Amino acid sequence: MAQDSGNRSFDLKAMLRDERFWKIAFQVITLAIVVALASFFIGNLTRNMARQGRIFGFSFLLNQAGFSIGESLIQYRPNDPYWKALTVGLSNTISLVAAGIVLTTLLGVTAGVASFSKNWLLFKLSRSYVGLVRNIPLLLQLFFWYFAIYGMLPNPANQIELLGIAFLNNRGVYIPWASSAGLALFAIAATIVAAIAAVYLWQWRIKVRVETGTGGQRQLVALGLLGVMWIGLLTLGIDWTMPTGIEGGGVSGGLRLSREYVAALSALVFYTAAFVAEIVRAGIQSVSKGQWEAAHALGLKASAVMQLVVFPQALRVIIPPMNSEYMNLTKNTSLAFAIAFPEMYSVATTTYNQTGRPVEVFLVLIATYLVICLLITLVMNQLNRTVQFKER
Amino acid sequence: MRKSGLLAAGLGLTMVACGGDIDTATNGGEAGSSGGSRMNVVEQRGQLICGVDGGIPGFSFLDDTGSYSGLDVDVCRAVAAAVFGDADAVEYRRLDSTERFTALAGGEVDMLSRNTTWTISRDTSVGLEFAPTTFYDGQGMMVRTDSGITTLEDFEGKAVCVETGTTTELNLTDQMRQLNVDFEPVVFQDADAAYAAYDEGRCEGMTSDKSQLIARQSTLPDPNAHMLLEVTMSKEPLGPATLNNDSTWFDVVKWVTFGLMQAEEFGITSENIDSFKGSEDPNIARFLGEEGTLGSDMGLPNDFMYQVISQVGNYAEIFDRNLGSGSQFNLERGQNALWTDGGLLYSPPFR
Repeated sequence: MAQDSGNRSFDLKAMLRDERFWKIAFQVITLAIVVALASFFIGNLTRNMARQGRIFGFSFLLNQAGFSIGESLIQYRPNDPYWKALTVGLSNTISLVAAGIVLTTLLGVTAGVASFSKNWLLFKLSRSYVGLVRNIPLLLQLFFWYFAIYGMLPNPANQIELLGIAFLNNRGVYIPWASSAGLALFAIAATIVAAIAAVYLWQWRIKVRVETGTGGQRQLVALGLLGVMWIGLLTLGIDWTMPTGIEGGGVSGGLRLSREYVAALSALVFYTAAFVAEIVRAGIQSVSKGQWEAAHALGLKASAVMQLVVFPQALRVIIPPMNSEYMNLTKNTSLAFAIAFPEMYSVATTTYNQTGRPVEVFLVLIATYLVICLLITLVMNQLNRTVQFKER
Repeated sequence: MRKSGLLAAGLGLTMVACGGDIDTATNGGEAGSSGGSRMNVVEQRGQLICGVDGGIPGFSFLDDTGSYSGLDVDVCRAVAAAVFGDADAVEYRRLDSTERFTALAGGEVDMLSRNTTWTISRDTSVGLEFAPTTFYDGQGMMVRTDSGITTLEDFEGKAVCVETGTTTELNLTDQMRQLNVDFEPVVFQDADAAYAAYDEGRCEGMTSDKSQLIARQSTLPDPNAHMLLEVTMSKEPLGPATLNNDSTWFDVVKWVTFGLMQAEEFGITSENIDSFKGSEDPNIARFLGEEGTLGSDMGLPNDFMYQVISQVGNYAEIFDRNLGSGSQFNLERGQNALWTDGGLLYSPPFR
C-alpha cells in the first residue's frame, strides 16, 4: 500500500518531467482556450441578439433591396432582392480582381526586370517607382488617383479625345468594345486561347532549336499565322462599337469604365505591382551568378540570357510569394468602397445598414473573400507545380 | 523544453483565468442591463456617451474652440443634465452613417443623436427605439446654379452623389423609379468625400436632408455657386434613438426631449427659469420638480427638467442658437414650431 502511493507520487513527478506529456498537455490547453473563446463569443452574440429581440437568419436576403447600384456587369433593378444586389457587388469585385491581376503581373514583372537594366533611365525609373509607391498607404493612393488624377480631367463638355477611339473626362474613360456581352466574352476567350497556343509554340521552337540546332523557322511562321488569325478575328469577326462624342459633352457607344473603376484599378495595380517588382527582383537575384556567366559564355544576347536562362529559374522563387500578392490585391479591392466603387463590401455595407443584420452580412462577406482567395491559391499551386524542379 | 512547457502551461492558465474574468464582467454588466437598464451603466460611468455625426454645422460640429455644438449636441447635453445635473458630462463619438446602428447595438454609445430618420424598418428590424423628432426635415437636392437643372427629370443620364446607409439613398431610388429617370448613383461611405466629389464635378447633384445640404453648402468653397432644387423628396423626421427593449433608458431620453418642447410651451427659458420657482401653476411646479414625483418615478432627480432648461435651454433657444436667427443659417422654424404656432412639435402632458 505504502509502496503503491510512493509509486504514484513517483509517477506524477515523472509525468511532469516527461516531455511527451507536456507536448500533449500544451495542445489540450490551447484547444481548450480556443473552444472557450469561441463559445464565449458565440454565447455573447446569441444573448445580445436575444436581448434586442433579433433572430439569426439569412432569409432577409430574399427581401427587396430597394437601392440602386451605380454600375453593374449583370442586370440589376432596385426591386431585385438583396442577394442579387450582393451578386452585383461580387461581379464588380471580380472584374476589379481579374483586370488587376493581369495588369499587376505585366507592370510588376516589367518593373522588376527593368531594375536589372543597363539602361540608366529605365533602371532609375523602376527603382524610384518601387521606392515611392511601396511606402505610401493604399487608401491615400486611392484618394490620390480618384481626386487628384481622374478628378482633374475636364468635365464632359470639354472632354479629351484620344486618337478618335477613346475619350477621357471626369466621369470616366470610354473605350471601344464589343457590341454585346457575348461577343466580348468570345473575344476574351479567343485571346486567352491564342496566348496559350503562342506559349506552347514558342516552347516548341526553343526545344527544336536546342535539340537540332536549326532555326525553328516553321514554328515562327506558325506563330505569325496565329497572330494574324487573332488580329483578323478581333477586327473582322467581332462587331465593335466605338465611343463617339455627343454635341455639348458626353459620350455614346463604346464601353464606359467609370471613374471609380479606373481610379480603383490604377491605385491597386500600381500599389501591388511595386511589391511584385521586388519579388521579381529577388527571384532574379536568387539565380546564381554562374548561370548568367555560363549563358553569356555561350554567346547569348542579353535579352536571351534573361528569357531563356535566368527568368525560368527565377520563377521558382517568384511564384509562391506572388500568390499572397494576388490575395492582397483581392482583399484590398474592398478599399475601393472609399472612392464610391460599388464592389462587394460597399453593397454589403448598404445591405446591413438597411436590414440591421451586420452579423449575417459579414459572414457572407467573409465566406466570399475566403472562396475567391482559395480559388487563387488553387490556381497558383498548380502553376507552382509546373515550374518547380522535376526530380528525375 | 520542460521549462518552456511549464511557462506555456502557466500562460495558458492565466489566459483561461482572464477569460473567466472577462466573462463574469460581461455577465455582470448584462445582468445589469437586462434586469435593470442601460440607465445603470450610464449612472455608474458618471458620463453619457453620445453618438453624433460631427460633420454637420448647426447639428453637430466641432467649433473653433474645439468643442462640439449644434442641435443634436444640445440634445445629448440635455440628457446628461437630466441624469447627472451636469450638461458637460458627455463624451461624443463621431459615427458615420454606416457605423451608427452597430455602435448603438454593440453598446459603444448610450444613445444616438445623429440626424437619424425615424422609419418603421429601423424601429422594428434594425432594433432601434426613436425618441420624439427634434427636427422635421425633407430630402432635397443640391445642384450647381449654372447647371440648368431645375427638376428631378433633368437628371436623366446624370450622376447624383449620395451617402451610403442613409434613407436618402433609398428615397432617391424610389423617386427616380417613379419618374422613370435613369440616373447614376455615386455612393460614398463618408460625407466629406461625397461633398468633395460633388464639388469638383463628379456628380451633377448632391442629395441629402435639406438641413444638411444648407449646412454643408456654407462649407463649400463657393456657396453661391450652388442651390437647392424646389423639391422635397421625402419626409425625414430626425431625432435621437436608443436601443430596443430598454424602456427605462428610452423613457429618460424620450421625456427629456419632450421636456425641451414643453418648456417652450410654458415659456420657460434658461434665463427666466428662476422666476418660475415657487410657481402657483401646478403644471409648472410639477414640471420643475417642486411638486409630484415625475423625475423620481423615472429614476432621475426630481428637478431634472430644471437642470436641463437652466443649463441647455428650451427648444426655441436651442433652435435659434444653432439653426435660427442666432446662427449663420437663419432658418425659419416652419414645421419645427410648436403646435400652438402651427408647427408639429407637441409634447404630451407632464403629469
